[in-house]
Amino acid sequence: MVQLTLPKNSQLTEGKVWPKPAGATNLREYRVYRWNPDDGRNPRVDTYFVDMDDCGPMILDGLLYIKNKIDPTLTFRRSCREGICGSCAMNIDGANTLACTKGADEVKGPIAIYPLPHMPVIKDLVPDLTQFYAQHRSIEPWLQTTTAAPQKEWKQSREDREKLDGLYECILCACCSTSCPSYWWNGDRYLGPAVLLQAYRWLIDSRDEATGERLDNLEDPFRLYRCHTIMNCANVCPKGLNPAKAIAEIKKMMVARQV
Amino acid sequence: MSMRTPLGKVRGLGSAKSGTEHFWQQRITALANVPLMFFLVVVVIATIGADYAQAKALLGSPFVAIGVLAAVVSGLVHMRLGMQVIIEDYIPNEAMKIGALYLNTFATVLIGIACVWAVAKLSFGA
Repeated sequence: MVQLTLPKNSQLTEGKVWPKPAGATNLREYRVYRWNPDDGRNPRVDTYFVDMDDCGPMILDGLLYIKNKIDPTLTFRRSCREGICGSCAMNIDGANTLACTKGADEVKGPIAIYPLPHMPVIKDLVPDLTQFYAQHRSIEPWLQTTTAAPQKEWKQSREDREKLDGLYECILCACCSTSCPSYWWNGDRYLGPAVLLQAYRWLIDSRDEATGERLDNLEDPFRLYRCHTIMNCANVCPKGLNPAKAIAEIKKMMVARQV
Repeated sequence: MSMRTPLGKVRGLGSAKSGTEHFWQQRITALANVPLMFFLVVVVIATIGADYAQAKALLGSPFVAIGVLAAVVSGLVHMRLGMQVIIEDYIPNEAMKIGALYLNTFATVLIGIACVWAVAKLSFGA
């Protein structure tokens, strides 16, 4: 649903400026979105100062510094700290990315951090991705076959395996989908770039026997065709993947089975 | 508050099993519009300063009239499809959306009939 202005209780206010760490000379300013569902207040932007001489180089290191040394109430997701779990996806310096693979030195000036856009916020930098995961579930992201399972593995030629490159690397961090205006406006019906890239990963898998049914399920003005090739998805993907191209390939398959 | 499961909500009414034709028609008319719109602009420029008789002679000739009609049909089909997507994207209110989609179709048909009538009058009329 298009919503160009924020409802009154979602409008941002200026938050607290936390004291600078004593004796630190190499400071970096972090401006972080805060919202607590329990205090009844509007979201606000808190300002923190991180001592870069006492902190690792990545944005996630800065957030951990804040949580450990300044404000333990700051809430965010993180796990692997090496760009493979997708937990720390957030909006940093105006673009969605992973806090763990984005260096503080890549941002000029104060580092602005917000949760992934246009998702319900659970607390601070933690978005509610329930719908995103349900959409992923809806494309049935597993191998589907009718032929009886072979004694050993399902075989695949090297060439066919190579077709999965650029697709299987997706970690479902949701950076792409939440950067997509089409997903913002019609996320309830449009599946979004991440889920469509995953859908294509199974459509193009030579071992899968449900290609037709998968295409049937995607053939929809909203599920697939809300992609208007805006390309934000490819611009922000922290893994360097191109969901827009995967979506274009799905559209090509749709046309190929009609003409 | 809905107590439906997230998967139930996402599956919704299921796939519409359409959309490809819309997508394909928009691409075909886009391609056709490249030469047709160029042609239309040339015709319009050629009629600058012309009086009715001269314009009628140009636009009423079979080659120009058929070209202009092709541009009108291709352009209008493309316009309707594009406008439809914009309406679906940006009008969240269901009643307003359906109303706008009706208007979109009616307006396109009306413009089309008016254009065809105009070209026909120049070709066959007085």
